[in-house]
Amino acid sequence: MSARPIATTRSAAGIPTQRLAVWWIIASEIVIFGGVLGSYIMHRLAHGIWADYAANTNPWIGLTNTFILLTSSLFAVLAHQAAERGDGKRAANLLYLTCLGGAMFLCVKGYEWSYEISHGMTITANTFWSFYYTAAGIHALHVIAGCIIMLFVAETAKKNLELHRVEIIGIYWHFVDVVWIFLFPLLYIAK
Amino acid sequence: MSEHAEHGDSHYVKIWAYLLVLLAISFVGPMLEIQWVTLITAFGIAVVKAYMVAVNFMHINLTPRFVIYTVTTTLVFMLLFFAGAAPDVMKSSGTNWVKPAWIEAERAYEAGEVGGGAHGADHGEGHGEAAGH
Repeated sequence: MSARPIATTRSAAGIPTQRLAVWWIIASEIVIFGGVLGSYIMHRLAHGIWADYAANTNPWIGLTNTFILLTSSLFAVLAHQAAERGDGKRAANLLYLTCLGGAMFLCVKGYEWSYEISHGMTITANTFWSFYYTAAGIHALHVIAGCIIMLFVAETAKKNLELHRVEIIGIYWHFVDVVWIFLFPLLYIAK
Repeated sequence: MSEHAEHGDSHYVKIWAYLLVLLAISFVGPMLEIQWVTLITAFGIAVVKAYMVAVNFMHINLTPRFVIYTVTTTLVFMLLFFAGAAPDVMKSSGTNWVKPAWIEAERAYEAGEVGGGAHGADHGEGHGEAAGH
């Protein structure tokens, strides 16, 4: 008897269960990020001074991180393509590159935050900075989670096992990218 | 495994290149400091980029229709939340309430008494009081 739970292999809804599950996760994540970003937009539109606070963020850092995440998304979709062709080793290598993108993103963010915090722009400075660190912080936690899961997926993919997981983690990673696509103009561009 | 193996790697590299071009436009556009240009280049392009990622990388167009409806429903809920909360959050006073701290902070900002540094006024959001108290 197989140790694999039956729900993992069936596709009663016309879509593999794992893929359906990740879309459910994304649907719930939209509500989480949507709530934070919606609240941010309300306050930003209502309080003129928030534009002055936003002027303290560094758009070049936002640009760099957007470039890094878009590129890591490319690696994720190429990993999926490799998995489709049954090339687990190439899929794993591309997943490692995606993880590297995530790690670079976090390093840039770490540098950015340490600069801002050392200049008094802390999470308790005012409501703008509370939103800033909350939104970017939740997003960074998702990047960390994605990287950890991706390393596990890459380990099995390397052995040409469970290659369908490459697509699943890829969908999640692209969603994390989409969230950043909206955070970038909100936090860095619109001054 | 899914149904989109017909795309070669070059297709995805091309999409990535388009995304980078859009990123460059969204970065440069707001530098003109024209409000409608900023809205289109920063936020309009963000929507286009998100759509491109969802369709080309996440392959949402190849998922069953109910998945698209599920995701769309959450977006609609988000808009409902915004529509429901905005009238309170975005106004300094209403029929039976007023936010005196916000009004004072707004006055101080207009008068140039507070700046946009790290520690500025918070405009008293969330500190509403019933009118007449």
